[in-house]
Amino acid sequence: MNDTDQIEVTTEVLEGTTIIKPIGEIDLSRAPSLRHHLNEAQAAKPGTLVIDLAEVPYMDSSGVATLVEAMQIARRNKSRIILCSMQERVKSIFEIARLDAVFTIVENREIALET
Amino acid sequence: MAEMSRPPDVKLELFSQPRLLAGARALISNIAQRIGFSEIFCGQISLAIDEALCNIINHGYDKRTDGKIMLSIWAIENEPPSLRIVIEDQARQVDPATIQSRNLEDVRPGGLGVYLINEIMDEVKYEKREGGGMRLTMVKLLPTRENCGSVSAANTSQGLGQTHE
Repeated sequence: MNDTDQIEVTTEVLEGTTIIKPIGEIDLSRAPSLRHHLNEAQAAKPGTLVIDLAEVPYMDSSGVATLVEAMQIARRNKSRIILCSMQERVKSIFEIARLDAVFTIVENREIALET
Repeated sequence: MAEMSRPPDVKLELFSQPRLLAGARALISNIAQRIGFSEIFCGQISLAIDEALCNIINHGYDKRTDGKIMLSIWAIENEPPSLRIVIEDQARQVDPATIQSRNLEDVRPGGLGVYLINEIMDEVKYEKREGGGMRLTMVKLLPTRENCGSVSAANTSQGLGQTHE
C-alpha cells in the first residue's frame, strides 16, 4: 500500500463509545486503510462506534463494503455502529443502494452521541 | 443503443491501478458539469465510472496493475444533451448475460458496483471485444422534464422537483 493509499483517521474514545473520523475520499485504493482503522477500533469492542463522515467528500462501493463489514462485526460483538455528518454525495450512494435503511445514520456527531 | 458516428471528444488510457481512479473521476465529473449536470449528478456519474473501473481492476485483471483500460468520452450537447462513455479493456472476457446486479435484500460487503451503474446510467451495454477484452458503453441523458432520471435526490437537486423512486 502506498502512502497515498493511506487514509487519515482521527480516533476519540469516550465512555463506551469510540468515534472514528476518516478524512479524504474513500475508494478502492483507500478502503483497505479504512478497514484497518475500523478493525483496530472494533478490536476493543466499544459499545458504540460512531463513524463521523463530515470530511469524506466521496465514497464508492469499496468504502460502503468496508462499512458493511464493520456493521457485521459490530452485530457479532453485540455493539452498534452509527454513521453521522454525511455529505450529500456520500448520502446519495447509501440512498441508491438502499443502505440508508440498514445503517443508523444521523445528522451530526452530537445526535450520534445522544442516540 | 446507437453507435457514434464521430470520434470521441476525450480519449484516456490508464493502467489498472486503484490510485488512478481519483483522476478518472475528476475528469468525468468536470466534463459532466460542463454539459450541465448538477453537482449530485456529476458525483453519481463519476461513481458509475469508478465502479466500472473497479470491476475491471478486481475481476477483469484480478487486481493486476499492468492491465490497460481505455476510456472514450463523448460530450453531446444536443439531440439530447448527454454524456456517452465507452470503457474498454484487454482483460478476461465474460458472457455479458452473466453480468448482473445482486439482490439488495442480501446485505453483504461487495457486489454493489453493477447495481449502482445500472441505477445511475440511462443506458448500459456490455460486449465482448473482438480480439479480447470487454467493452462497456454507458449513456447518461441530461435530465429534462421529459426524461427525468432515476434518482430522486439528484432530480430534486437538478431543479426538476420530485419524480419517482
